Amino acid sequence: MFKMKDTIIKLDNVWKTYQMGKVKVNALRGLNLEIRKGEFVAIMGPSGSGKSTAVNMVGALDIPSKGKIYLEKHDISKLPESDLAQIRGKKIGFIFQQFNLINTLTALENVTLPMIFQGIERDERLETGKNLLRMVGLQERIDHKPTELSGGEQQRVAIARSLANDPEVVLADEPTGNLDSKTGQMVIKFLEDLNKKGKTIIMVTHDTNVAKHANRIEFLKDGKIIKRMKGG
Amino acid sequence: MLVDNFIIALKGLRHRKLRSWLTMIGIFIGIAAVVALMGLGEGLRGAIIGQFGFLGPDVLAIRASGINFAGPPGQAVVKGLTEDLAEKIQRITGVEVAINRYIETGTIEFNDQQDIGIAWNVPEGKNRKIFEDMLNLRTQKGRLLKDSDNFKVVVGNDFTKDDKFGKAVQIGNRILFDDKEFEVIGILEKRGSFIFDSVIVMNEDVLVDNFRDGDSVNAIAVRVKELKIIDNVIRDIEKLLRKERDVKEGEEDFTVQSPENALQTLDSTLFGVQIFISIIAFISIIVGGIGITNTMYTAVLERTKEIGIMKSIGATNSTIFSLFFIESGMLGMVGGIVGITAGFILSHGFAFMGRLALGTELIRADVGIGLVLGALLFSFLVGLIAGTVPAYQASRKNPVDALRYG
Ligand SMILES: Nc1ncnc2c1ncn2[C@@H]1O[C@H](COP(=O)(O)OP(=O)(O)OP(=O)(O)O)[C@@H](O)[C@H]1O
Ligand SMILES: [Mg+2]
Repeated sequence: MFKMKDTIIKLDNVWKTYQMGKVKVNALRGLNLEIRKGEFVAIMGPSGSGKSTAVNMVGALDIPSKGKIYLEKHDISKLPESDLAQIRGKKIGFIFQQFNLINTLTALENVTLPMIFQGIERDERLETGKNLLRMVGLQERIDHKPTELSGGEQQRVAIARSLANDPEVVLADEPTGNLDSKTGQMVIKFLEDLNKKGKTIIMVTHDTNVAKHANRIEFLKDGKIIKRMKGG
Repeated sequence: MLVDNFIIALKGLRHRKLRSWLTMIGIFIGIAAVVALMGLGEGLRGAIIGQFGFLGPDVLAIRASGINFAGPPGQAVVKGLTEDLAEKIQRITGVEVAINRYIETGTIEFNDQQDIGIAWNVPEGKNRKIFEDMLNLRTQKGRLLKDSDNFKVVVGNDFTKDDKFGKAVQIGNRILFDDKEFEVIGILEKRGSFIFDSVIVMNEDVLVDNFRDGDSVNAIAVRVKELKIIDNVIRDIEKLLRKERDVKEGEEDFTVQSPENALQTLDSTLFGVQIFISIIAFISIIVGGIGITNTMYTAVLERTKEIGIMKSIGATNSTIFSLFFIESGMLGMVGGIVGITAGFILSHGFAFMGRLALGTELIRADVGIGLVLGALLFSFLVGLIAGTVPAYQASRKNPVDALRYG
């Protein structure tokens, strides 16, 4: 049934404990999760259940307190920051609820920034950046600053940016959380298109209408998966 | 990659608030003080070299008044040197030649445009060749003066610049000096000193007859036959002058100096001032550096989220470090640029006031390209050093915490 060679991400008994002063917060309590190449997985669950924490681990933004995380069969759970940064830059594309664009840079500059960090030549950066912005329908807005763009447009810039280095995996943490439902649907459409082109997508959401676009929905509670459903 | 980092850092800089620019006032003051001081010092050195027109260990300059360098020619309270002295000095054993020097400030007119300039003389007769040799005078175009050259002049190389009088002076052109007309028969080679490059050179008789009244000279240039007897020669000249001018030993109202001595005198005079200004500059720069550190801390805090974003899209710690590090260096350099500009204006302002107060054209400021580049590099380095710790802190931020910030 399950073929190991298809697995792109595997979380094996992952724990994450935050120290808040004297109090310890267990954000993840033995999370197990496997995602295969080309899947579109939605993660749902109540606030504080550890969804963002889990996604950040997959995205090499953070390391677990206990347990192992495999990305393309490589254990990334104990890597130093410099290696994690390389993984984030090359293999992962992040999309956030608050868009997280850099306000002092134009749309095109935001999209090309990840390529600068990978040392890509200027000409190639500009060409790729313009193509990506065209793909999300913002070719007219490449010189606009984030503050001059609507929420939906900003999130499309963020989608374009997440694809800058052609990553294996796109992680979207509540990508529609700050958008009205119509704009949200448009963003989901882009994610679906990406998935059709072969990208593996993990999306956190509170919205069942959004989650149903995924192949599979994982329900998280108190730092563990409690339920699994087929989407679509 | 480095270039890209510079560009990103520059963008960060553009969005700085006014307050972050104000903290650079220390850098600004420090650099301004250094540039003004060094520019003025260089100018004064240039003035000394320029005033004598030559430098050599076997050359002496005799001047009236108690001011050792760049002194005011013909200032009212100074009892001038008389024309007949040169001949008497020439008779002293060991003196090869003694030549009267007249330096005249006046209005130069050409192409209906006026400028203030200086004229000095070349002696007539057998001393002409010696003097031309002492000053290393050579023409780029035309020829040097001869004894019969009445109302003919040789001009400095700056006269060939279009912007001096709206068009370049050519051989055969006529120019006015204090309303008297002269024909230009030669243009000097470029020397890099205004005393040569913007001078009008005329025969001694012409200069004296047309522009001087009384019999005083600005200086007497003396060349000794042998270097090893120079001290004796100085002593004999001083003895002669004391007698001629009727002053006691220790109360001399004249100086007999080699230009190299004069430079040493200037340097020792400036040294005290330099120490003082340097201390002020040093303190200002330290304060400015602390100011930069402070704004960088604020910037790192304010841009915590931005740091988180950049890390999430692949920026390594060293990339983040270099972004803030470079930005801090550029912050220092902006302070430096403003300081250099202010120092430039200050030194030229002081030189201008000096010219007004002392009535001489010789005091100039000289802020050279080396000084400018040095100050620029230095202010960049101050910024870099000041930004090291904040940039390091920025680079160490945990990406998840940074993303949750604000
Ligand atoms: N950096 C941190 N320091 C301390 N506690 C943290 C940190 N990050 C998360 N937590 C805690 O860990 C738990 C899980 O947080 P997480 O952000 O993963 O939840 P979530 O499921 O994404 O919630 P939401 O739906 O509100 O985004 C919460 O109790 C949270 O307060
Ligand atoms: Mg969350």
